[in-house]
Amino acid sequence: MPIISKEDQDYVRSLFDEKLTGDVTLRLYTQGASKLVVPGRPECPMCEVTQQLLEELVELSEQLTLEVRDFYTERAEAQADGITQIPTLVLEGASKGKIRFIGAPSGYEFATLLDDLIDLSNGTTSLEPASRDMLAALTEPVHIQVFVTPT
Amino acid sequence: MMAMESELITADVVEAGEFPEMAQKYQVYAVPKIVFNDAVSFEGNRPQEAFVSAIEQVTSKDAEGDAES
Repeated sequence: MPIISKEDQDYVRSLFDEKLTGDVTLRLYTQGASKLVVPGRPECPMCEVTQQLLEELVELSEQLTLEVRDFYTERAEAQADGITQIPTLVLEGASKGKIRFIGAPSGYEFATLLDDLIDLSNGTTSLEPASRDMLAALTEPVHIQVFVTPT
Repeated sequence: MMAMESELITADVVEAGEFPEMAQKYQVYAVPKIVFNDAVSFEGNRPQEAFVSAIEQVTSKDAEGDAES
C-alpha cells in the first residue's frame, strides 16, 4: 500500500518534470530493518515509514537519488554529516550549506521538502539581494533549527 | 533556503513531536519555532528580515538572548 496516493504521485511527478533541472541526492540515516531489540538502543517508530515515503518520492523523478545509511553501522559517515537523531534526511544538490530534515517529512513538511528539492535542483532561491549579500559575507557557522509539527 | 547561499549555514527542520527531548530543550511551545546557534529564537512566521537580523545577532560578538527581547 503506497503512502503517496496515485493522485498525489501524478501531481508531484508533473511538478518535478516541470521544475527539476539538476540532480539532488537524498541521504537518509535510519536503522536496519531488523526487528531485534538491541538493549540501550532507542526504537525508531518513524524510520520505516520515512524510508518508504522517500523510496516512493524518488521514483517520481530521474533527477532524484536516494541513499540509505544505517546510523548504527555507518558511523563515520553519520558523524561527518553531524547526525545525532534518526530518521534524518540530508539533501545534497546545488547548495553551499547543509539542509537536513530530522524526523519524518510528512504533513506540511512534505510540501516544504518538495520546495527544497526544487530549489536544490535549480540552485535558485527567492531571497532578496540584500539577504544574499549578508549570507555570502558570513565568517562563522550558523546553525538554524526550525521546529515544526506535521499538522 | 538560506543554507543554499552559504557553506557556513546548516538548516535543520525538526519534527518536534517525534523528538520531545529536543522540543523541551529548546522550549518549543508553539510552531514554527526557529532557533539560531542555540542563542536567539523566535516563534511564528516572520519576514525574511527577521531571519537576517537573527543571523546578524548570533554572528556578532554579544550574541545572546531572544530576538523578541
